[in-house]
Amino acid sequence: MTTDLDRLLLIRHFERALLDLFARGELNGTTHTCLGQEIVPVALAPLLGPDDHIFSNHRGHGHYLARFDDPAGLLAEIMGREGAVCGGVGGSQHILRDKYLSTGIQGESLPVASGVALHLRGSGALACAYIGDGTWGEGSVYESLNLAGLWGLPLLVVVEHNGIAQTTPTELAMSGNIGTRCAAFGVRHIALPTDDISEIRAVLTPLISSVRLGAPLVVEFAVNRLGPHSKGDDTRSGVSSLRDWYRDMSGDPGFAEADGRALELVDSVVRDVKARPLSGWDR
Amino acid sequence: MKTALTRTSGAVTSDEVERMRVVENLNLALHEVLAADPRARLLGEDLLDPYGGAFKATRGLSTAFPAQVITTPISESAITGVGAGLALCGDTAIVEIMFSDFVTLAFDQIVNFAAKSVSMYGSRVPMRLIVRLPTGGGRGYGPTHSQSLQKHFIGVPGLDVYEMSPLHDNRAVFTRMIASQRPCVFFEDKILYTKRMHQIDDLFTWDLTDGLARVHVDAPPDCVIIAPGGVTHRAMAAMRRLLIEQEIICTLLVPSRLHPVDVAPLVAAVRGAKSVVVAEESTAGGTWGAEVAHVLHRELWGVLRNPVALAHSADSIIPTASHLERAVLLTETTIHDTVLESLK
Ligand SMILES: Cc1ncc(C[n+]2csc(CCOP(=O)(O)OP(=O)(O)O)c2C)c(N)n1
Repeated sequence: MTTDLDRLLLIRHFERALLDLFARGELNGTTHTCLGQEIVPVALAPLLGPDDHIFSNHRGHGHYLARFDDPAGLLAEIMGREGAVCGGVGGSQHILRDKYLSTGIQGESLPVASGVALHLRGSGALACAYIGDGTWGEGSVYESLNLAGLWGLPLLVVVEHNGIAQTTPTELAMSGNIGTRCAAFGVRHIALPTDDISEIRAVLTPLISSVRLGAPLVVEFAVNRLGPHSKGDDTRSGVSSLRDWYRDMSGDPGFAEADGRALELVDSVVRDVKARPLSGWDR
Repeated sequence: MKTALTRTSGAVTSDEVERMRVVENLNLALHEVLAADPRARLLGEDLLDPYGGAFKATRGLSTAFPAQVITTPISESAITGVGAGLALCGDTAIVEIMFSDFVTLAFDQIVNFAAKSVSMYGSRVPMRLIVRLPTGGGRGYGPTHSQSLQKHFIGVPGLDVYEMSPLHDNRAVFTRMIASQRPCVFFEDKILYTKRMHQIDDLFTWDLTDGLARVHVDAPPDCVIIAPGGVTHRAMAAMRRLLIEQEIICTLLVPSRLHPVDVAPLVAAVRGAKSVVVAEESTAGGTWGAEVAHVLHRELWGVLRNPVALAHSADSIIPTASHLERAVLLTETTIHDTVLESLK
């Protein structure tokens, strides 16, 4: 059985491996890692069911891995190799699998998630959309919140508030705050820390049940982005002193073993995927 | 990047321009606009130093002109509208959209406000608004970060479409756009940023007349290739191969302004050639090239020996993986083959 810790570590080592592959010139294009933000999708995983739709964004590897436990399919997608989830066409930030979809345009997913939620209304399933704090600059976010509140949509908006958008600190981009913005639309909002997975689940379980009944919710998680925005473009100082669950948990019993297993798994996935032929695409 | 970034005053010699990378030349042009007019503003996402913009075109500018360079939230529609508002008051506004793909979010502000404002109120309202648009594929950024959307802005009354070119000094291009007092979209092929200005294959020479650059040999051409700035290097590579392998002589024409099309100089340069090819990175269908072809057909019907041929990317989204991306984007080979076909 995959434990929360296994999932957290899988995501952590997967992202590290990507940056490593980039540094060695073995990856093309760009990629946004979720280093430091792994807890959010791992905590949410058991609260979301197979009928729920998930909308991910540019920083979506953790969202995908927490849903599918499929590092090989994702790495093949990013490297354009056989077995890629979307044939290598979409790449890191454009993935469609079952009821999971990501796209690279900020704010674009919320209206679509609202449409999906409208379709799902009354079924008990919900649409969940991940966005960052910076994406609250986009007007489509507000148009969607209005519709979600107005129409009673089963929409769960998960905000990964890491205090920065690419290189722009939230203070330079946001007047007021997310909570009061939600209040203005009559949409429930809750802000949560990310240090305790069971605490997150305990708080969210009843709230998410009510989302399923048509009461939209915005959950705002405080997280730290521990890596660059994409690759090698971090303009911040002091990143290494930011709080990191990996460091905090490293003394826990069983951590070292789990860490070793995850590292080994990712290493073998990297070796396997690198050796595969290029992906094909029937345009 | 030193040349463009540390300069505070003093003219740049043409020799210095020769040695610059295109992004440095662009940076210098922006620098000069801001220095010449304290009311001129530059807005966009992540523009501040030390980052200096996603493609570094604005590096150093927020340090040199802190009151004129404004970093913005992720709000393409709003910041383009803000630019239009500044322009409405007579200020010069330059808006950077991080990837031109995101300009779709600002389409309303450009098409229904800025472009209409110079015309729909019964008298001309000058609008000095330039929307800068880093563009194009070839870098593995995937379907929503690699497009060439020029064609969607062709034929909008009141809007001018320009494209950055390694043969056009951006300082002159920006001066022209601002002097026009019309809203402009300025497409910048991302591949050009790191190329050198005025770097020409040694088989050819080049000249520039009235905004139209011409790359040629000293003989009448079999084929004239018309291409926007971003395609310059691919076109020259095709021309080289055609000349060396098949003794086919081509002339390349690179206009700075794509629309409205400057008809007269194109017609003059094309007359007498056996064929004409318009090459661009846009995907197939409703392209700029189709507009140029139409103009040339109208002017030269009965004179042209063959219909104007179009070379462009496939009718396809632009995939992420590089082997897939290469298969759909316009390449040197696409141009080479289209030229051969056009001469058959
Ligand atoms: C419409 C649009 N504008 C700009 C971008 C470029 N971009 C990609 S991610 C990003 C920052 C997003 O910040 P945030 O929403 O806070 O998420 P984070 O990256 O911090 O996870 C930007 C500006 C984009 N992808 N789409």
